[in-house]
Amino acid sequence: MVSNVADYKTEVHNDWCPGCGDFGIVSAIQMALAEMEVPRHKAAIFSGVGCSGKTSHYLNVYGVHTLHGRVLPFSQGAKLANPEMTVVAVGGDGDGLGIGAGHFVAAGRRNVDMTYLIFNNGVYGLTKGQASPTLKLGLQTKSLPEPNVNQSVNPIALAIASGFTFVARGYAYDVRQLKDLIIAAVKHRGLSFLDVLQPCPTYNDINTRDWFSGMDNIDEMTNRPRPRIYKLEDVGYDPVVHIDSPQEENEKLTQALIKSNEWDAKIPTGIFYKNDIAQSYDQRMAERIPNYLENPPAYQEISAAGKSITDISKMLDKLEI
Amino acid sequence: MSSIDFTWVIGGPQGGGVETAANIFAGACAGCGLKVFGKREYYSNIKGEHSYFGVRVSDKIIRSNVSGITMLVGFDAETLFRHADAVFDDGAIVYESDLSELKIDEVHTLDAQFKERLIKYLLSKNKPLTIQGALDAAKERGVVLYSVSFKEILANLSDETNNPKLRGMFRMQNVLAVSISIGLLGLPPETLLKSVGSIFSRKAEIAEMNKTAANYAYNFATVKYSKFRYQLSPIPKEEHTMMAQGFQSTSLGKIACGCRFQSYYPITPASDESVFLESNEIFEVENNRPGSTLVVQTEDEISAIGMIIGASLTGARSSTSTSGPGFSLMAEALGWAGINEVPIVVTLYQRSGPSTGLPTRHGQDDLQFAIHAGHGDFPRIVYASGDTEEGFYDTAKCFNFADIYQIPVIHMMDKFIASTVSTVKRFDPTKITIERGKLLEKIEAPGYKRFTPSADGISPRSRLGLENGIFWNTGDESDEAGHISEDPENRIYKMDKRAHKMELALEKIPKEDQAINYGISDFCILSWGSTKGPILDAIEMLNKEGYKVGFIQIKLLHPFPTQYIQSLLSGVKKIIDVEANQSGQMGSLLNEYLDRKVDYYILKYTGRPMTCNELFDSIKKIIDNKAEKKQVLTYGV
Repeated sequence: MVSNVADYKTEVHNDWCPGCGDFGIVSAIQMALAEMEVPRHKAAIFSGVGCSGKTSHYLNVYGVHTLHGRVLPFSQGAKLANPEMTVVAVGGDGDGLGIGAGHFVAAGRRNVDMTYLIFNNGVYGLTKGQASPTLKLGLQTKSLPEPNVNQSVNPIALAIASGFTFVARGYAYDVRQLKDLIIAAVKHRGLSFLDVLQPCPTYNDINTRDWFSGMDNIDEMTNRPRPRIYKLEDVGYDPVVHIDSPQEENEKLTQALIKSNEWDAKIPTGIFYKNDIAQSYDQRMAERIPNYLENPPAYQEISAAGKSITDISKMLDKLEI
Repeated sequence: MSSIDFTWVIGGPQGGGVETAANIFAGACAGCGLKVFGKREYYSNIKGEHSYFGVRVSDKIIRSNVSGITMLVGFDAETLFRHADAVFDDGAIVYESDLSELKIDEVHTLDAQFKERLIKYLLSKNKPLTIQGALDAAKERGVVLYSVSFKEILANLSDETNNPKLRGMFRMQNVLAVSISIGLLGLPPETLLKSVGSIFSRKAEIAEMNKTAANYAYNFATVKYSKFRYQLSPIPKEEHTMMAQGFQSTSLGKIACGCRFQSYYPITPASDESVFLESNEIFEVENNRPGSTLVVQTEDEISAIGMIIGASLTGARSSTSTSGPGFSLMAEALGWAGINEVPIVVTLYQRSGPSTGLPTRHGQDDLQFAIHAGHGDFPRIVYASGDTEEGFYDTAKCFNFADIYQIPVIHMMDKFIASTVSTVKRFDPTKITIERGKLLEKIEAPGYKRFTPSADGISPRSRLGLENGIFWNTGDESDEAGHISEDPENRIYKMDKRAHKMELALEKIPKEDQAINYGISDFCILSWGSTKGPILDAIEMLNKEGYKVGFIQIKLLHPFPTQYIQSLLSGVKKIIDVEANQSGQMGSLLNEYLDRKVDYYILKYTGRPMTCNELFDSIKKIIDNKAEKKQVLTYGV
């Protein structure tokens, strides 16, 4: 089956602001699904609430637009009940790292085999631009009455500390790289996290597209901007945990944490950390329930002609006097 | 009411094996064909605070506890101080002889309020403020005292069996205490030993040691003491009787009716259900591959309900189990399930609120909350079970309601049922039906729309993974396909479509599932949930004295079966509302929906379940026209 990108698009009118980084992300997801040839009915996009929450309506696969901050619980439940589905969860940085931060950490610990994208723009766009958890301390974006008084959370570092086994960063205006990162993330067995830098043209007038491309930082020699964004793969960074040893794992975790602190002058994109050795949740489940993957909750037969076919007699015997 | 009606209570510090002892006692009695009804009371504490377990034994069906104790067993001071006064005048106390000189002030776990009451009581009886004082006060009333040195028994047993380890095994006091009780009551040792064996069945060596101890203590009691005035004797065993705890009923119901996904966050008293499900996660399925329940412990209750919604979208029957505080966190997602017509079942094991309230105590505090939880108007079903047996069958019904009407269902259970151990008829899975409503297995052609109009307002339901079945869901209002829509006409269509399910449910759910009519009389009790047991027992007692009283147990609390209840009440003169909460939450429903008002309230909100005696007294007062409009019950410590 050859899929084309158009198959993954819906007719729904897209009401994001002109120039919004979200457009690049939704295209990258459509391209990734097409390239992987995921049958449309075998994919489900779950979204949180906010501008990014509408993503699921623009994709012609199962689309579940959940509650603010709760995209991970909903999506994990679906993936666990039907492990055959390709599940991608998306949400804003306020959704995932503010109201939903507890779920973010817990999901990392679980390592369910799915992908989570955060549309990271430093503001709560749909409520008119309040500071979000990733906005740096002291910054005053357009609609803030006062500069941001909180420290920002580092999504990459938090993902690594929480146990995500694939941690990467993309940039909404580099759709090709983002598409490749999404494919790598989806193919990874375990929970993959993608921090997607997504300028909000309406409310974040500091971390703009121009800012990311270094328009404020012109090289006097060449008279060209010095882009802030660079690719980890271009500097010979190796994110992969190659051998099953705590030392190897520690080294890779540590280098990823160090890299995650780069900001302002140089901002790395690409894969920070990738551990294929750690077991995913479904693998752990399959060790406990041997036929879990071939007979998951979604596919179990539970009745015949309206009657129960589950045999609970042994459990009842135990209670009999 | 019965030829045998005996209540045995054992107390001790939390973590000291009180529950084990009570289970052995209940098992030993049930093994002799007797009916048992036991309830556990404990503090929110892991070790050290006072807990106690009462087991009522009879030769006839019993459904509640009584006020008072026939035989109290205490090997710690607090048990004796707290309960000696509740022992019937013709009852007995079996106690550790070492304790007698202990003073009230030396027992640090006694709270100030209780101490004050106890001191006042002992002073009024002219007794010293010691265990001996409390015991003497009981003895004066006629209570028989059995002084036992558990330490000495252990020492002797240790010498006789040449097992020096036994000397220090104070944990075994429990088994000794049960065995002495069984000896004093004249029940045969065989069922006792069998019960000990089955309680410790996981560890053969420990089982053997405990059996030896049980046998020794049993013989010790029969030789050393004269028989107690109440003697129990075996009766023919009814076939297929189980001894089960309430939480096991909903767990087994879930397994039988095909719930295959359960997520939960630990909370008393609901988590026992999830733990049971996980302990039994793999099971046989007729002519099929083995089945399994995926039980996921989540980071909070918000995640628990979020996960089951996600799981339900794949077509798997999914549920969570929680208590008041957890359910509070679920309110927002409940609305999401409502607006997106997702079938989920929330098993709500109520306890005393608000906030953390009395975290380990009983209460029917959450009826109004269950009916109203979540913002906005959306349909849900609130269904309440009255006891362990109903818990099993109702669980299956709740899943059917969820599937048929595509709505969230809140199954009301409570702490009283959860921690009651009783003899019940073996659950019969062939009696349950599984109805999945309009869940689709296959969609032939493209063009499916999730919320397409239909005659009864319920649309065919696709599930994630189904070819041609793609749909969208959103917490926003949505169109037929599930995409966001703020169109005013669409809003009316969708709101009315969802709301119509309530009318449909009232029309389709059989009357006998809406409410149980136990008989109508001039005075008629209306109640819901676990008050059923005490009410039925109280009615039996009242009938014996020539009093007539009717009883309707409402099971479907939302949508409220106004018509049916109204029709039952046509000849009734006075309505008595019985509930375990402070405001009379079901009474408010009656006042709202019926064309008449509640005449009398009998309420209890001490966190302790009603006994049949206190209900008997309060109903009698009403019929004798001596009652206030509202009576508040208080029995129990």
